[in-house]
Amino acid sequence: MTDPVHSRIDSIVKSADVVLFMKGTPLFPQCGFSSRAIAILDNVGVAYETVDVLQDQEVRQGIKAYSDWPTIPQLYVKGEFLGGSDIMMEMFEAGELHELMATQGVARAQ
Amino acid sequence: MAMAAEDIEALIKAGIPDATVEITDLAGDGDHYAARVVAESFRGKTRVAQQRAVYDALGGRMGGVLHALQLTTAVPN
Repeated sequence: MTDPVHSRIDSIVKSADVVLFMKGTPLFPQCGFSSRAIAILDNVGVAYETVDVLQDQEVRQGIKAYSDWPTIPQLYVKGEFLGGSDIMMEMFEAGELHELMATQGVARAQ
Repeated sequence: MAMAAEDIEALIKAGIPDATVEITDLAGDGDHYAARVVAESFRGKTRVAQQRAVYDALGGRMGGVLHALQLTTAVPN
């Protein structure tokens, strides 16, 4: 793929161990699903980066094609698409999210 | 920009014939739903693949007319 938006997204996804594409910011999420995703990440206690898709139409549309996933938020761990907020919640409740972050050696939040 | 619960259920069942679908209207506004979809055909699939199957059944409405659908998928016990 040589699509410039795809390449841009690819470099964002790989720029940190945990990257969340969301609507709004961690302090001011603009959507209930994004808010829930932030609450889960904070609870798991890992360091993460966020991208506010509302500030970038190119990324907002492009990320859906990138992952073949129609909704936002989207969570990436070590460059891999993990899922949206429902999957995050299921994994969190099953203890799988903590486990995955530990196995992947993701840094703890400061 | 909303969908009736019955329409959501019908679309999911059309796409995943063995699915049992439970829809809850979360806010009572015909716009914020939770769906629980249980299907034998989900067995052995990752959560992402299970949810993708539901999104495929909804044929592009997810993220469009269907903004707020909280989705849970599972295999029968």
